[in-house]
Amino acid sequence: MNAATTLTLVQSLSETGKTSTGEAVLFWCLAPVMVLAASGLLFIKKAVHAALLVITVMISLAILYIAQGAVFLGMVQVVVYTGAVMMLFLFVLMLVGVDGSDSLVETIRGQRWIALLAGIGLACVLVGVVAKAAYDVSGFTPEAVDNNPQGIAEILFGQYVFAFEVVGALLVTAALGALVLTHRQRLTPRVGQKERSDARVAAGATLTPLPAPGVYARHNAMDVPALGPDGRPLDSSVPRVLRIRGQEADAQEFAARIDRVLAGGSVVAGKQFGNPDVPDAAATEEST
Amino acid sequence: MHTLTALVASLPSDTIGPATETVETGTLLVAPLLVGIPLLSAALLLVLGRRTDRWGHWLGVLASSAAFVIGAVVFVNMLGRSEGSRVLDVDLGNWIDAGAFHLNAGVRLDPLSLTFVLLVTFVGSLIHIYAVAYMEHDADRRRFFAYLNLFIAAMLTLVLANSYLLLFFGWEGVGLASYLLIGFWNYRLDYAVAAKKAFVANRIGDLGLIIAMGLMFATFGSVSFDTVLGGVTESTSQATLNGIALMLLLAACGKSAQFPLQSWLGDAMAGPTPVSALIHAATMVTAGVYLIVRSAPLFNAAPDAQLVVVCVGAVTLVFGAIVGCAKDDIKKALAASTMSQIGYMILAAGLGPVGYAFAIFHLVTHGFFKAGMFLGAGSVMHGMDDQVNMRLFGGLGRYMKITYITFGAGWLAIIGFPFFSGFYSKDHIIESAFVPVEGAPWRAWFFGSVAMLAAGITAFYMSRLFFMTFEGEKRWTNKADGSHQHPHEAPKLMTWPMIVLAVGSVGLGAFLNAGNKFVDWLAPVLGHPEHEEPVMPVPVIMGLTLALVAVGILIAWRRYVASRVPVVPPVGTSLTRAARVDLYQDTVNDVLLVEPGQALTRSLVYVDRTAIDGTVSSVGRVTVGLGEIARRFQTGYVRSYAASMLLGLVVLVIVVLVIQI
Amino acid sequence: MSLTHYLVLAAILFSLGATTVLLRRNAIIVFMGVELMLNATNLTLVTFSRIHGDLTGQVMAFFVMVVAAAEVVVGLSIIVAIFRTRRSASVDDVNLLKN
Repeated sequence: MNAATTLTLVQSLSETGKTSTGEAVLFWCLAPVMVLAASGLLFIKKAVHAALLVITVMISLAILYIAQGAVFLGMVQVVVYTGAVMMLFLFVLMLVGVDGSDSLVETIRGQRWIALLAGIGLACVLVGVVAKAAYDVSGFTPEAVDNNPQGIAEILFGQYVFAFEVVGALLVTAALGALVLTHRQRLTPRVGQKERSDARVAAGATLTPLPAPGVYARHNAMDVPALGPDGRPLDSSVPRVLRIRGQEADAQEFAARIDRVLAGGSVVAGKQFGNPDVPDAAATEEST
Repeated sequence: MHTLTALVASLPSDTIGPATETVETGTLLVAPLLVGIPLLSAALLLVLGRRTDRWGHWLGVLASSAAFVIGAVVFVNMLGRSEGSRVLDVDLGNWIDAGAFHLNAGVRLDPLSLTFVLLVTFVGSLIHIYAVAYMEHDADRRRFFAYLNLFIAAMLTLVLANSYLLLFFGWEGVGLASYLLIGFWNYRLDYAVAAKKAFVANRIGDLGLIIAMGLMFATFGSVSFDTVLGGVTESTSQATLNGIALMLLLAACGKSAQFPLQSWLGDAMAGPTPVSALIHAATMVTAGVYLIVRSAPLFNAAPDAQLVVVCVGAVTLVFGAIVGCAKDDIKKALAASTMSQIGYMILAAGLGPVGYAFAIFHLVTHGFFKAGMFLGAGSVMHGMDDQVNMRLFGGLGRYMKITYITFGAGWLAIIGFPFFSGFYSKDHIIESAFVPVEGAPWRAWFFGSVAMLAAGITAFYMSRLFFMTFEGEKRWTNKADGSHQHPHEAPKLMTWPMIVLAVGSVGLGAFLNAGNKFVDWLAPVLGHPEHEEPVMPVPVIMGLTLALVAVGILIAWRRYVASRVPVVPPVGTSLTRAARVDLYQDTVNDVLLVEPGQALTRSLVYVDRTAIDGTVSSVGRVTVGLGEIARRFQTGYVRSYAASMLLGLVVLVIVVLVIQI
Repeated sequence: MSLTHYLVLAAILFSLGATTVLLRRNAIIVFMGVELMLNATNLTLVTFSRIHGDLTGQVMAFFVMVVAAAEVVVGLSIIVAIFRTRRSASVDDVNLLKN
């Protein structure tokens, strides 16, 4: 929608008090969409969907603003509302958790009917008032529409400059307020790398890396436990995942000889490995 | 009215109108010290506390004696003056200056107040000395002396005041001292209750004095003696005068234990015996007599009130005498006799100018012999381990000779034995009672007979008391712990005051009566009463009185010396039983005053609980109920609140629209 | 079509926003309802600006947007703070006023 279209749309108003057909078509296309989207807020379950519906309403509003000659405001609407405010909403939804969908069952007795009554009553009253009133429509001159940002700037920085500054201060204050509100006070001391390692040492965990599987085993696959210096299989050397899945190889299969070695070792004292009565090349080889 | 005119006309001119001189210089300016020294001593003893425990009692004796010395100095000075210039005022400056009310504090020095000063300080000092020994074993002796000094100061304020308000100040002071001293052993509940009873009864009397002062201020514009007593004229409303006089009588009844406010005096014996001697026999209870005599011009002008005074005196006189016949407690019997003797004085004071001086005369002699007898009773209790039941005495005369003799002097004085003190004073009162009153001949016969008969009863019950205590066979038993009773004579500090008072009991009456000395001395205040003849010749009256006294003694002798005295009191006649319980005075008080009062209190409490509290708490309950209803709307849910907000908004808009259309 | 249609649309959107505030329990959706109401107001302002041929209405709408932005910032941080302490974004759980 460019300035020329807007111009033609608005131009006809000054003569008849009625909008142009183009504007009417635009309105009748957008208005039902907006009302539907807004009604969706009442019964949609997921907050993210609700946010998307609100965005729809807001963009439609921006278009209607521009159609009515408020070009600057239409842009601001898009930038501020859809660009900033609704994005903030989505951020917060992420923070709070998007997966939670709301139950629509009313918990306060009578609240639903009171709310609907109040809403419909309000709508009736408002519609009644605005529809009954007669307006002396003057409309904008094409030049005014053309110079809409300049016109707004003149009023904003002329008549309302103090209010503008105050609102600026309000925004800064709000930002600070948000910082204060979301600030989390640290109640426990900070836990860093040093603290973690100290805690592990204090808890008596294994300080060194765990032994790799297959070390000194006859079979150096991942599922074979390593053998310790005493020839016993070390269960912790097999990756945890394999152990949980039950895909660990039978350690005894690979350490069977060790049993024999240990059985002999118990007869001859002082010998750690191997039995002189039962010569075993492999054992000798390994011990050297 | 004609009696009023006659009475006013009969009064000597110097009792009416301000004949008061103000003392500017001279020895009489020491008079305020009479009050100041005992007051300072009391303050010192109370403020310094235990530090004065070792010598405090001697300070008390010194203060009291110093007051006596000052009183004596003033007295000598007064004797040196001519009769016309014996009414003096020592001005102490402006006391109260409030709107139309101006009052100067001042010391009134005249024969009447000086009589009281000398009586109070002399008897008071003797009793102080006695109490040094009597209270020797009491840990709180110092506090006792502080109270005694406070009493002396208050009593002297009372008699030296130059206005009713200052008198009231002292009046309250003696009430306070009396309360403190009756309840001196207040760790015993019944003693504390007795003190409270005395205080309340006195309060009723005080109310009378306050109302009287209000009436005086309204009528005369001041409460000073000069203005009020000098302001009584024939034109003063009779109703007002009667009102003032009756209110003063009410005050006197409260302080002097006269009917119907007499019930506290018997219970007041809860105090230590020196207190009974000083306050409840010799001095304080006579304040009512002083008040009436001091207000003589008022009473003279209110003959109706005077008749009431006489009646009150007569009733109390008989009442006390009857009660005295039945009491077995030596102190209570003496208290009843005090009540009765003050009845004599009130009766005399009610007779008007013929009786005032004799009322004071009897007051002085009574002060001596009654104080002497109370000290004697204290001495007996001292020797008998605080036993007061006369049925457990008997034959004590052999063991405590000095007490026996001094008490005997008091006994002879009070029954009016010829040439003892009481003989002169009481006889004068009986004679005065027989003086005919114009227009009411029955009065002389009636009140004269009552006074005479009461003398006989007095002789009986005092003899009964004396015989039961000192004569007959000994009836005392072993002590509670099994050891033997050893009746013994009191130490010298106790016996000497008794001896001095006994001398007074014997000789004072004769001394003061000789040459009409006492009546003349009081004349500057009370005037010279014209001598009036009783309805019977004086010797006949005297003879009859003595005969009645003799009969009384004889009956007492027969019953309490010649025959055995039962240790357990016999049932007795209904009159005896009634007299034992003070003629049901407490019952009457309970039924007429205490119970209605309590019922009133209970009903007020009930009204307070139900009506007032009910109203208040039902306001609360309604509020709570409303809140309970309102609470249902306060769900705590923001959405509910928002809904009601929006509904309200819609309704509001509709209302605005409807109004506009 | 007259400009009244815009106003009617704004009224309907406003009422829907208000009803959302009353009906929904999720604080964030409630907040969206508030935003919807603000936007409906802005539409009214813009339409009246056009009716009167006066740009002040648009300036007002601009101010509304800025204040709404500030409000959203504070409001959302409050929601986050409450969520942190109560693990819930439901407005019904914030009922300490009850009893």
